[in-house]
Amino acid sequence: MIAIACYIAIVGISAAILLSAWRLAIGPDTLDRVLALDTLVINAIALVVVVGILYATTMYFEIAMLFAMVGFLSTVAFCKYKLRGNVIE
Amino acid sequence: MTLVAEILVAALILIGTFFILVGSIGIVKLPDMMRRLHAPTKATTLGIGAMLIASMLYFLMIRGIPSLHELMITIFMFLTAPVTAFMVAKAHILLDRKTQEELSPTGVDVGWATLDRDAGSTSKAKAPLAAPDGQPG
Repeated sequence: MIAIACYIAIVGISAAILLSAWRLAIGPDTLDRVLALDTLVINAIALVVVVGILYATTMYFEIAMLFAMVGFLSTVAFCKYKLRGNVIE
Repeated sequence: MTLVAEILVAALILIGTFFILVGSIGIVKLPDMMRRLHAPTKATTLGIGAMLIASMLYFLMIRGIPSLHELMITIFMFLTAPVTAFMVAKAHILLDRKTQEELSPTGVDVGWATLDRDAGSTSKAKAPLAAPDGQPG
């Protein structure tokens, strides 16, 4: 039953990733693309967690943790760059 | 007991999938940048939260491995999601002239703190002069 739920979740999260990538492609402004990239990272974290449940290994959680850190830092750095013109002043 | 745990884990995975899909549909379908900002926060808190609770329950009750990595990921995501939304909203307000003109008046003689030039860190010495009647600049 968990395997079936995991397969359904993989299909649903893949659809969510495609929708976020669509906004990343058509977004009219730069900040729309930044927000779409942030959502894409969140979806990728969910996909990694589901694959970790499906394969019954705890090795994937470090990947999810790294994705969370890199996604947060890249979003903040993009916003800082759009606001001030550089990242570290 | 194992069956109850399996049903619980499967239900939590499906709930998380639903909220993540709702967040991504929202980011495509909503018309405005500030309205679009609402969608991924639901995906972050409810979707990732349900997924990580499902993962913790699965490894604890079915595999017999207590794992605390998910708690770290949950705490990190819940701490960083408001900061991300705040940064995107602040950059959007400061860069978009049309949004600035649509803001409602504050009701006092000090403007919006994000847009007030005297309240920023660029001119800290002028801030008491700009608000002489004791209002925080």
